[in-house]
Amino acid sequence: MRAISFVRQFVEVVLAIAIAPLFAGWISQCRAWMQNRSAPPLLQPYRMLRKLFLKDVALATNASVLFRATPYVLFGTMALAAAIIPSLVTDLPLARVADSIALVGLFATARVFLSLAAMDIGTAFGTLGARREMMVGFLAEPALLMVLFNAFLLFGSTSLPSLVDGYRTHPSVIDPSVIFASIAFVMVALAENARIPIDNPTTHLELTMIHEAMLLEYSARHLALVEWASSLKLFNYACIGFALFFPWGIATRGEDGLGSLLIAIAALIGKLVIAGAALALIESLSAKLRIFRAPEYLAMAFLLAVLGLLVHLLLGA
Amino acid sequence: MHTSELIAQVLKVLAAGLLLISFALLSGRRTQQLITLFAWQGAILFVSTGLVAYSSGLTEMYYSAALTLILKVITLPWILNRLINRLGAQWDSEQLVNVPVTMLVGLVLVIFAFGLAQPISSMATTVTRHTLGIAIAVILLAFLMMITRRKAVTQVIGFLAMENGLFLAATSATYGMPMVIELGIALDVLVGVFILGIFFFQIREQFDSLDLRHLESLKED
Repeated sequence: MRAISFVRQFVEVVLAIAIAPLFAGWISQCRAWMQNRSAPPLLQPYRMLRKLFLKDVALATNASVLFRATPYVLFGTMALAAAIIPSLVTDLPLARVADSIALVGLFATARVFLSLAAMDIGTAFGTLGARREMMVGFLAEPALLMVLFNAFLLFGSTSLPSLVDGYRTHPSVIDPSVIFASIAFVMVALAENARIPIDNPTTHLELTMIHEAMLLEYSARHLALVEWASSLKLFNYACIGFALFFPWGIATRGEDGLGSLLIAIAALIGKLVIAGAALALIESLSAKLRIFRAPEYLAMAFLLAVLGLLVHLLLGA
Repeated sequence: MHTSELIAQVLKVLAAGLLLISFALLSGRRTQQLITLFAWQGAILFVSTGLVAYSSGLTEMYYSAALTLILKVITLPWILNRLINRLGAQWDSEQLVNVPVTMLVGLVLVIFAFGLAQPISSMATTVTRHTLGIAIAVILLAFLMMITRRKAVTQVIGFLAMENGLFLAATSATYGMPMVIELGIALDVLVGVFILGIFFFQIREQFDSLDLRHLESLKED
């Protein structure tokens, strides 16, 4: 019984690591279709990763251990986050170690390491990107916490698996606070994953890039790991969103059969397909904000999340 | 029993939507966009009044819902759109000072309004009693919008949004005001918009702009 839940935990993490680049590929394919460009093949991210892993690393002469260790730290934190988030099953042995506040801390750890590594070489772009990333991060983090608090208030628990279990016990929840929280969550997720209103993931324009500016000095397997970690981060955010707002199909505690796991995988893939298309739609419809408008955007997300809390308290459950 | 619970749930969601639109009004930059938002606010108000009418079975409420639809969703946005087209102001955008701070002030206002409404709504018996706090918040946010704006058209939109909030407060606390008063208010608002429309042209004639800063100086330098 215990062994099987470890096996399922393992399956979940491996699946997350395996299909995260596919999700990124699907988003870029949708984006290309919506913008009337011919789309790159769906497996393009994997080819990219393979190419990068085969190359030799070129390191700057003054790169320290921190610079070389950061890709592994990033990948490790994101894989651990994938182990905490209930994307397929809620009976996760590892999830008991950390609740979702610790999860936010995990994302923060990754951000700090990436920023420090970007400053490590001492180029102007790295420092610029790191500073911008920290600005966006420190504004996005409280908003994310507030979104999570909304869900905690609704279900009285801070761990994501028990939130998903809670959804099963009260099936008829259309709380107004959920609407506010979901809009705020989408805004935060876009900002945190370097998506279009805040940052353009495909740009290499000096004045606008945030995330890419931090990666400029990385090459070969380091770059591959960092890219993989950022697609894993996007995947993790999508899974947090599903766990909070669309937890259908996830195998809850007590559903131990192989069938429920297969249903969960099918549901996850279906949700990812829709979420990817929606994300591409948002990105195609909106223009990138000036960096000085970013605080306004994130203050809006924070405000929506706090309004969700207030509305929940006022209107009562 | 089950339908009435569902209606109460939907009413809460609609009230939350009204609050959301109030914040959007506070932060919107383009005049055209603000008018669209105002029309949406009216539409939500129409749906929620209709639902309250259905659940309480009061015929009067149906009339006031219809009045909302005709006046606030169709007529007023149409008049405002025509006005800004005639003024050539449809692409006007306003410089707003410090949107995050305005938002946070708005948040404080919402907390204040919720605190204010708590004792009143605990005594009311209507199906929408919980939304009274939201109604007061909508009124206060519209006030804030009128304070932070400098263009004449956007101030008028703020004024109309405030009227929406008052209407919501009336329906949520006591199932609406008597029909005579409601008709009177509707007429007042309509005439008010007409008169303010004439004012727009006068202000522009005088100062070549719709910026109300010019009205603050008493004589020309």
